[in-house]
Amino acid sequence: MKPLLQTTDLYLAFGSVIAVDNINFELYEGERLAVIGQNGAGKTTFINICTGYLAPSKGRVYFDGRDVTAMVPRKIVRLGVGRSFQLPQLFTEHTVRQCVQIAAARRNKNLSWFRSLESTIDEKEVDATLDLVGLLTEADEACIELPEGKRKLLDVAMALALRPKLLIMDEPTSGVSSEDKFALMETVMHALAERRVTSWFVEHDVDIVSRYATRVAAWIAGKVAADGTPDEVLNNPQIKSEVLGT
Amino acid sequence: MKVVVLSIVAAIATLFLGYTLSWTITPIVIGLTYAIAALGVSVMARAGQISFGHAMYSCISAYTVAFLARAMPGADALALILAGVVASLLAAIVIGLFVVRYRGIFFGMLNLALSMVLFALLGKLYTLTGGSDGMRIVRPTMAGVLMERESFERALLVLTLVLSLVLAWWVQRYFRSGSGQALSAIKTNETRIEYLGFSAYFIMWKGYLLSAVVVGFSGAILALMQGLVTPEIGSWLRSGEFVFITILGGAGHAAGAFLGAVGFETVKLVSAAYFPGLWQFLLGLTLILVIFMFPTGFVGQIMQRVAMQKKCDEARVRANASSQARVSANTQAPVRN
Repeated sequence: MKPLLQTTDLYLAFGSVIAVDNINFELYEGERLAVIGQNGAGKTTFINICTGYLAPSKGRVYFDGRDVTAMVPRKIVRLGVGRSFQLPQLFTEHTVRQCVQIAAARRNKNLSWFRSLESTIDEKEVDATLDLVGLLTEADEACIELPEGKRKLLDVAMALALRPKLLIMDEPTSGVSSEDKFALMETVMHALAERRVTSWFVEHDVDIVSRYATRVAAWIAGKVAADGTPDEVLNNPQIKSEVLGT
Repeated sequence: MKVVVLSIVAAIATLFLGYTLSWTITPIVIGLTYAIAALGVSVMARAGQISFGHAMYSCISAYTVAFLARAMPGADALALILAGVVASLLAAIVIGLFVVRYRGIFFGMLNLALSMVLFALLGKLYTLTGGSDGMRIVRPTMAGVLMERESFERALLVLTLVLSLVLAWWVQRYFRSGSGQALSAIKTNETRIEYLGFSAYFIMWKGYLLSAVVVGFSGAILALMQGLVTPEIGSWLRSGEFVFITILGGAGHAAGAFLGAVGFETVKLVSAAYFPGLWQFLLGLTLILVIFMFPTGFVGQIMQRVAMQKKCDEARVRANASSQARVSANTQAPVRN
């Protein structure tokens, strides 16, 4: 089976700090990968390289068999990589619906100069995406007025509107209260399953990881220290002491 | 729909004023050229980018009209306007390629710098451009008809009003289009735009071309109305006035540029009449007051009030519906003895 995403000897250092240290990594279709690691372990830098935000000093990144190393983010997105962010990246002067509509317009490759945005996209699909993440009732609200959990969901909805093959989520539950975390992840995972999207999420909450991930990779100082099933990785003594602090 | 009707009514009223009091034609047309230019500037303001050099496109268009009118004495006014706009577009295609890479103060100052290079060139190339004396334009035919000055100005008033309506409608359509929405999304989150697969650069470039075309119309009309073009048309002071009108009117709707121009001209006229030495001071004071009291400009204020009214109406409808539902539930409930 060919990996959906693959990195070979990926390396990036910021001065004397090695953020990504010769990482060889593969992600397969249908997996739900959780990436764990302490702050500064290089998780987000690795995501930034895979999504084109940073260029590696060495090594290659392949997505769906294509070399996407140092490609600009928009080109990688067009190939089928969606991304949501630790701090939701929304269009704060737009409504919830408009945020998803703009994403839908990209998917239809239809950015008219003249026709209204609504007339160039499939409104039913926009509604379906909003419904999938439970935001249909808030569709006409200004997205800046949403609480953090819903902002996170909108961030995911914007990525899902592009119909990606892979969705990379950077700390989808950060900033969300502990009572709301599971409901949020339940909604996100249901949406991903519905759209058959392979996912990779960075997470600090062990309960979330063990419940929703099919595979866990633990990052320590720019390296993948452990990679396997949640049971294997979360019970690994090194990971327990150096990452989980238990 | 209401805005369209109001705009047409305002255009007819302006036309009536111009035909009744012919001395008002010149200030009206010149005021409208300011409004059209501010309309162009407001396109980039939607992306959060304020250009302090857009008078350059007005100037390019105006000088194209002057050069063509000199080279081709029989050229019609409509053809001259079109040629001026095309020249603005061509300049924007080239200049935009590198200017839209920059954001914020760099975008604003780079446009200003380029406009001042043009301003200086037009002043220095005396044998070609007439230097600071400028170039006179012999009154051309309008739609094939050679007119006396008064008739020509009246025809120009009609043309400017029609163009104002068409350009405002076009720009407003653009604001609501996919390209326009993506442009305004750049203002709040350019990173996300790229992560949706768009090229923020290309979206900005398209917006820049539209803004230059719209400003180009203003320059061509101004040239024909004055019968004279000077480098002042492209000076940074002129660009500043366009920005002033854009801020005053707001960039939330195409109508903002026209409301801003009305505000600008009113302050200028009132100051000139009653406080002749203080007009710049009063303009500055007005701008400060507007920024503090209506940060989204006149049109933003109106849009906020309309949106608030709509929310209130919706809440009232919901409240009525729920109270009716309660009443009907109470009347249908079995009475307990």
